Amino acid sequence: MKMPTPDAAVLQRRAEIVEALRHIVPGEGVIASEAERRAYESDGLTAYRQLPMVVVLPSRVEEVAAVLRYCKKMGIKVVPRGAGTSLSGGAMPLADGVLLGMAKFNRILDIDYDNRCVVAQPGVTNLAITRAVEDAGFYYAPDPSSQIACTIGGNVAENSGGVHCLKYGVTTNNVLGIEMVLMDGELVRLGGRHLDAEGYDLLGVMTGSEGLLGVVTEVTVRILPKPTAALALLIGFATTEDAGRCVAAVIAAGIIPAGMEMMDRPAIHAAEAFVKVGYPLDVEALLIVELDGPPAEVEELTGRVEEIARNHHATEIRLSRTEAERLAFWSGRKAAFPAVGRISPDYYCMDGTIPRARLAEVLARIRVLSDRYGLAVANVFHAGDGNLHPLILYDANKPGEIERAEAFGADILRLCVEVGGVLTGEHGVGVEKRDLMGTMFDESDLAHQQRLKCAFDPDGLLNPGKVFPQLHSCAELGRVHVHAGRLPFPDLPRF
Amino acid sequence: MCTRADCRFPTCRGFELAGDATDVAPADLGELRDVIGEALAAEEPLELIAGATKRGLGRPLQLPRTLDLSRLAGIRDYEPSELVLTAGAATPLEEIEAALAPARQMLAFEPPDWAGLFALPASAARRGTLGGALACNLSGPRRIKAGAARDHLLGFRGVSGRGEVFKAGGKVVKNVTGYDLCKLMAGSYGTLAALEEVTVRVLPQPEAACTVMLCGLDPAAATQRLNRALASPNDISGAVYIPACSTAALTSLSGVPGVAALRLEGPAPSVNSRRQQLLSDLASDCEATSLEEEPSAAFWRAMRDVTPFTGHADRIIWRISVAPSRGGELGEEIARRLDASWYLDWGGGLLWVAVSGAEDGGAALIRAAIRGTDGRGTGHATLIKGSLALRRAVPVFEPQPPPLAALAARVKEAFDPHRILNPGRMVEGV
Repeated sequence: MKMPTPDAAVLQRRAEIVEALRHIVPGEGVIASEAERRAYESDGLTAYRQLPMVVVLPSRVEEVAAVLRYCKKMGIKVVPRGAGTSLSGGAMPLADGVLLGMAKFNRILDIDYDNRCVVAQPGVTNLAITRAVEDAGFYYAPDPSSQIACTIGGNVAENSGGVHCLKYGVTTNNVLGIEMVLMDGELVRLGGRHLDAEGYDLLGVMTGSEGLLGVVTEVTVRILPKPTAALALLIGFATTEDAGRCVAAVIAAGIIPAGMEMMDRPAIHAAEAFVKVGYPLDVEALLIVELDGPPAEVEELTGRVEEIARNHHATEIRLSRTEAERLAFWSGRKAAFPAVGRISPDYYCMDGTIPRARLAEVLARIRVLSDRYGLAVANVFHAGDGNLHPLILYDANKPGEIERAEAFGADILRLCVEVGGVLTGEHGVGVEKRDLMGTMFDESDLAHQQRLKCAFDPDGLLNPGKVFPQLHSCAELGRVHVHAGRLPFPDLPRF
Repeated sequence: MCTRADCRFPTCRGFELAGDATDVAPADLGELRDVIGEALAAEEPLELIAGATKRGLGRPLQLPRTLDLSRLAGIRDYEPSELVLTAGAATPLEEIEAALAPARQMLAFEPPDWAGLFALPASAARRGTLGGALACNLSGPRRIKAGAARDHLLGFRGVSGRGEVFKAGGKVVKNVTGYDLCKLMAGSYGTLAALEEVTVRVLPQPEAACTVMLCGLDPAAATQRLNRALASPNDISGAVYIPACSTAALTSLSGVPGVAALRLEGPAPSVNSRRQQLLSDLASDCEATSLEEEPSAAFWRAMRDVTPFTGHADRIIWRISVAPSRGGELGEEIARRLDASWYLDWGGGLLWVAVSGAEDGGAALIRAAIRGTDGRGTGHATLIKGSLALRRAVPVFEPQPPPLAALAARVKEAFDPHRILNPGRMVEGV
């Protein structure tokens, strides 16, 4: 993975920069020793590692602003980081960059039940928000698998999803406001406890911007009342085609389940070996369909989904009889990644989205690729919204396998785009999918996105080398090209 | 004047416009790029229209040329089981809704029909276009449950003010590839790009619906009940309050003064059980009734379309978004100090106000009230309807603090550096 060439002049001034940062963030807030910096060398995408030049852990907004102002003045790159659980290398450090860790911003500032929202600092974990309000019967809906560790600030940066987002939306649908600091140190508030923007929806732009536009210092999210009932159905199929058609039929029947997850045979076997919850082992595909809401609705809809499943040749249908059983159905799915980790020394998790109708075809083509690359693959799938997570099994200790796994992964993502889908459904582009952006977007598309970055960060100092395959200067991007052939009055003086 | 023989827009007959505007109507993406490229070269700004139902909304424009997008229409892809629809941006909403109906699906954000509010001539395309609803980010009462227009735009293709074709997003529901430019386009009022094609999320229509009406409530009691209902697991998809002091039009809609109305949608057994729950939780000390099927649907259409405030040409209409707990007291405060009627949508978070007689349309007073005495209140007021003179004189959209306004101006610069597309529609000079 090629990153921007480190700036030798910046590296040379390292001691001076560390000293200046210590003036801004006193005490233990600046980490300069190599041993301590080592802890920050990668995020959840551990295949890529880079020691940061220096780590700064501010605890006040004024410190964040001062660090950014200083770095802008000195032309130093900055990489923001939450808990470092990104699966796409979004928080991967730069050799000549300041790693700006937001972990000390870990307080919930306000719980406002009258307006059904929580105001939190960005380093608060996703799950901590639900924990803070569950006694009053509320929860925060987006629930990425890493929710015990990942932070709400990171969720905003990545626009994180989860298994319940088909019905309740992803982060962008659940954030009401943020406070952020721009690269020039300017403090900007977007939104608040009300809905929708008064001008351009920059809150929507910030959500999912992968730390390239600003550093979030406060987040206001809406919370929802917890549904009174939830039941899960475990449905086995002899073919993935039947399972795929069943998913489409549930949606076509007007049912939006709270969650609808699919696993293929290798994933089922790995999960069952790990958690032993009694998944059927003689099926090619397993669906977990969860319905939530008032008891009358859950009862009605589970009955309908059962009937649809029977009509699509389900070989096994089980309805959770107790809350413990519902959670057991989920435990295998939620443990699918570590379960696969037990059967293979390493695995590489992909994240494309496809139109649901193309599922069976895509799975078949992934099997062909699996044979070609000589690497096994297990598939877990947010079937409701078409978000596919193939897990490629490999052994990093075998020469060439990691490169093969990466090439296999890239082929899967190209396949997702080819059938009308996208490169990433919820993990982000980061460094991982950066060089594949050209399969989905042409130069003009990417230039329009990069000009938006210029509006926020004209010197390109915030998290460079992520998301975009090529860096262009804002001056270069800003030129207007008027094609002479299209001018109606070519003789008139212009501009 | 209009150069197209079949031109059907009110503007073409001199409605609100200086009279010498020329009209260009590209037939496809290539022509759209050429038209914007020519305007860029000639430095002649364009006013973007399609259904022309919202020309009365926003800061008034007096531009030499009109870019008529209405030929960029037609449904291009719709697969009900994918919950996704792709169409030319100028496809009329009626056409979209007619295509969705057989599959029992809908645009869940309830794009409003403000033809009545703006007193459009009967000959005009009444509902407007899909692209228009998205570009103005207009959403109805279901906003609180299903999200805004911005939450339903999944992808688009268009031409920026640089005369360049570009696209963003995709044709699937779940996508985080690149910046979410869909959010930026939604609510940008055509000031950044002309949309040519849009892909939106669609959702199943509810099988059944009913409206629980709690009567004889003052604003404080209503706010408390709206909050309790929305904090309950009863999955409310609409929550409005019509105060007693409001207009006759409002009272005739609800039958009794001081009504809080709550919409329930879903499978019939679920709707019935939730109605029982709501009535037992909230109606112990007030009169209650419920509306079924068509009367219920008609009530929410009226709320969506701001029907209570139609038919009074001289009144100024404000749409105010605040924290839901503040809507009622804000409405009371404004009505105490101005000649104004009001009602609440979005569980109290959306305050509609109709003002008569105030010199600045009440702008200063309303905006100060949003900030509150401690200056910390969040929210914004948009002047939805007012005379040309008023919309020139007061900011139509909530003025932003300087750092944010500067950032927004730089965003405009990135997409439309020469101010070719709807310049000044939202903010003077931008």
